[in-house]
Amino acid sequence: MYRAKIHIILRPSILDPQGKAVAHAVSTLGIAGVQGVRMGKYIEVSYDGVSEAEARKATEEMCKKLLANPVMEDYRFELETVQ
Amino acid sequence: MIDGKIRFGVVVFPGSNCDHDAYYVCKKLLGQDAVFLWHKDADLKEADVVILPGGFSYGDYLRCGAIARFSPVMREVIRFAEQGGPVIGICNGFQILLEAGLLPGVMLRNASLRFVCKYVHLRVENARTFATNQCTPGELLRIPVAHGDGNYFADADTLARLEARGQIVFRYCDAAGTCSAEANPNGSVANIAGIVNETGNVLGMMPHPERASDPLLGYVDGRKVFSSILTHVLSRAQREALRDGNHVLVGQGRS
Repeated sequence: MYRAKIHIILRPSILDPQGKAVAHAVSTLGIAGVQGVRMGKYIEVSYDGVSEAEARKATEEMCKKLLANPVMEDYRFELETVQ
Repeated sequence: MIDGKIRFGVVVFPGSNCDHDAYYVCKKLLGQDAVFLWHKDADLKEADVVILPGGFSYGDYLRCGAIARFSPVMREVIRFAEQGGPVIGICNGFQILLEAGLLPGVMLRNASLRFVCKYVHLRVENARTFATNQCTPGELLRIPVAHGDGNYFADADTLARLEARGQIVFRYCDAAGTCSAEANPNGSVANIAGIVNETGNVLGMMPHPERASDPLLGYVDGRKVFSSILTHVLSRAQREALRDGNHVLVGQGRS
């Protein structure tokens, strides 16, 4: 069995007002040195009965077609083996 | 088209909430035929026009419109659009058209991060589209917006193409018609409120014309969008009838 851990984040060229608001809150907390905050999504997808290569291909396809919108988001994922 | 009436098809997704408003405008105010199209149907019921209404299809899960795009009915809508059929997406419908790739660009969270629900002024930038032919160029319309993700974004190349080809149909402006940052309710690039595709038959707009069509509600500017669509479909039917040698003038005497 495999589990894909998928991270989706707004592309650097896209403004992230949520991240900005969080960065502002962080600074009012009195925490110094924060240069910026970017918000994204984290998704886990579990696989059973498929090979590692198949799981990788499936994850790639769903990221491209559904989970991320390539106009505004980038994605990356790791595939881990689970018992 | 039946008996000179055109048929509006209003798609209903789980979470649509402006479907009945759109249906009401088409059926009761314009006196046309209207049908609901369930998201699981793979059939447009011979609609002459497809409306993707506002709402929160699939709870706005993942991204607004991202799940709705994969509904069975959307395969038919995409086919209909590719054949030149008129499709209008309002608010969530606009978001679905973007996710489906029928229109370029994306919707981001409003720059304010707040849900915005208020009347805005729109400037008609292109009065030759199927949904604006009853407007005059530069005309101001007063129509409400109600959305949390209406911050339209497209990269510089896409934006230049939209500008050059007259694909920007509506812009947010103030009461004097000036497209200022103050008049922009959501941070949309270039104050864009509505665009049309390259072939001119798919239009998306964030404001709600169906909420400004009945005089009872105070404003009727939105009705021009629906009467434009009606005019477009009737005149197209008339042209086709003439071309086919059928000289019965369809829809004569209607407006």
